[in-house]
Amino acid sequence: MSLEFLLQNVINALQWGSFYALIALGYSMVYSILMLFNFTHGDIFMTGTYIGLGVATGLLALSGAMGIVLPGWLLLAMTIVIAMFLTSFVGVAVERVGYRPLRDAPRASAAITGLMIGIMLEYGNLAILGTQRLLFPPIIETVTYNIFGVFVTNKKIVIVAVALSLMLALHLFIQKTRWGMAMRAMSFDFQVVPLMGVSINLIAPMTFAIGSALAAAGGILYALAYPVLDPFMGILLGWKSFVAAILGGRGSILGAALAGFLLGFIEVFVPIVFPSTFRDLIAYSIILLILTFRPYGFFGQAHSTQLRL
Amino acid sequence: MRLAALWGWVWRSAAAVPPLGWLIGAFCAAVLELLIGYELAIMLYLPKVPPLFGATLLFQNPLLFPATLLFDLLVYILPVCAVAFGTQRLTDRAAAFLEHRPTWLAALMHLVLMYAILHVWTEASAYRLQVSKLVMIAVMLTLSLNVINGYMGEFSCSHPGFMALGAYAASVFTLVLFTQDRLFGPALLPAALGPFCYPLALFIGGMTAALGALVVAIPSFRTRGDYLAIISLAFMFIVKSAIENIEPVGGPRGMGGQPNWSTLPVVFTAMALCIWIINNFVRSTLGKALNAVRDNETAADAMTINTRRTKMVAFMFGAFWAGVAGGLYAHEVRHVTPGGFGIQMLAEQLAMVYFGGLNSVVGSVVGAVSISMVSEVLKPLGLYKWLVIPLILILVMIFRPTGLIAFRDFDIKRILAPRKAALKRRE
Repeated sequence: MSLEFLLQNVINALQWGSFYALIALGYSMVYSILMLFNFTHGDIFMTGTYIGLGVATGLLALSGAMGIVLPGWLLLAMTIVIAMFLTSFVGVAVERVGYRPLRDAPRASAAITGLMIGIMLEYGNLAILGTQRLLFPPIIETVTYNIFGVFVTNKKIVIVAVALSLMLALHLFIQKTRWGMAMRAMSFDFQVVPLMGVSINLIAPMTFAIGSALAAAGGILYALAYPVLDPFMGILLGWKSFVAAILGGRGSILGAALAGFLLGFIEVFVPIVFPSTFRDLIAYSIILLILTFRPYGFFGQAHSTQLRL
Repeated sequence: MRLAALWGWVWRSAAAVPPLGWLIGAFCAAVLELLIGYELAIMLYLPKVPPLFGATLLFQNPLLFPATLLFDLLVYILPVCAVAFGTQRLTDRAAAFLEHRPTWLAALMHLVLMYAILHVWTEASAYRLQVSKLVMIAVMLTLSLNVINGYMGEFSCSHPGFMALGAYAASVFTLVLFTQDRLFGPALLPAALGPFCYPLALFIGGMTAALGALVVAIPSFRTRGDYLAIISLAFMFIVKSAIENIEPVGGPRGMGGQPNWSTLPVVFTAMALCIWIINNFVRSTLGKALNAVRDNETAADAMTINTRRTKMVAFMFGAFWAGVAGGLYAHEVRHVTPGGFGIQMLAEQLAMVYFGGLNSVVGSVVGAVSISMVSEVLKPLGLYKWLVIPLILILVMIFRPTGLIAFRDFDIKRILAPRKAALKRRE
């Protein structure tokens, strides 16, 4: 195995890791506040991608009608920002409909409503847009750079760079702002902190909104690399990112990001050594082993494991 | 006010008839339908006898709905009520007689009657037969998942994996021994022996699933809740992708050609056994230990409950029945693919358990039957079916978070008791 080959795959793994990490962050943040997993998240990712598709198409049509040629990077940035903004409302709606009424119910019930809203999003999409697969418009042209024999496309650089800067922004938001402080306090104890004047009905939707916005960004980056969209794209990616969120330790932002990248590396490097049909088998076996020997993930604390049922 | 009085009267008179009466009534209705159903349907301008009480026609052809309602009234509701109320004294006396005999005798009588009804009712169409068998298999799956998710309070996502293990183990057993198969060569035993060895095949399927459950049960000693959910989910994916990589069982293309041994009596017997054994299990000391582990593991441990053994038994027991159901399923649809035992099936099974009600045998039966029925009724809607079913479930979860009939004991003795005595006792 040559060094170039290895580096090539490292770049691929970083790209996949970015998708997983961006989605896993949403799971982890919601968990840290509500102690519940948002099982709709994979489908919010899908919805965000479709919203991104709509925004990109709209922007292209608009700039075409006005006779301006926008540079690709500006178009991409505008698409990501607008789609993130719009998708955050989907997250807020999911919280309002599926999670707020069930805040005191057994947690499995909330998991069921989450799953069911996800199914409704998938089939609602099918019902509205039809069964044909849609193509994400090529906003930026692919340029391939050859760096010492390693082929890197500009898309891969953009994907990893945007993902990393979003994670940094999230980190700064949580550590440096008053809102972030409220979120941290809420994740410390969501029953006492509301008595101190921080409303959970404000923080929980905000967490859903931020998580959904990150998922939308991840979706648009995903569509840059794999432009054929279908309504069920969120299922597998969502579940795998969910696994990454758990693996990182529940509620740990850093853990979720790292585990997302780890999952990317496992998935890219396993097919190099073994036949590619073994990919899922080995990836999940590794996860099973990790969780058997470190049952609380990388950064999770072994606090009370009592179920609320 | 008058309506409430009327409703109360209907309810009281219905409660005065023991289950035996209703079953005899249903049997008469089924026979009646077999005899005059077709002629009556033609008279009412229906193309054929409505397969599921006309429920499937609701969306297919709404114009026929009044006629099917009339058909249901004439063939089902009126005869059932007439016979049930007409024989009330007789059946109540019979129930009183049976009350002082061993419970199994009464239960067996009711089961035989139930089977007779199903047998006659499914004579009418192959569609009815298949739906009934699949519903009964779904009941077994839901009930066994309820042991783990409801009674023990874990969130296990591995049930499709257990089912796949059972389906494949049972299929391999029957295909190797009794059929000429392109994968496994000629039959090793004469085919005439086959149906007698079928229970053995199902048992092997169940045991394979139970062994597989150890993979999930052993990590559950140290972790609970979300982490266990992930472990079980990973297990499901591992099973699926392992089967895809085993070429002798067909890999991702799946495995077909199982003999059609999942006949109505076999499936019915398996389901009755499953309900009986699981009901006895959850009411036993071990079953109560499951509840104790769910409510507070540390306290349960302090009360001398061996939590490890309890968890292991619950997982293996639930997985065993899932494996048996998988074997039945494989011999009913007669072609299984690893892709079929995935997230979609998991979502369906979870929906049945949480819709029907946690910690309740009756709830599981209700959940499995009603979700399957709703799913059949909404089939003509196509895509929109998957918008309606989740909506129903979300509403149920919001207004009844533990499901329709949760935390209720299933006491056969009380159900079969004669009504007059029961009513008198209540007063």
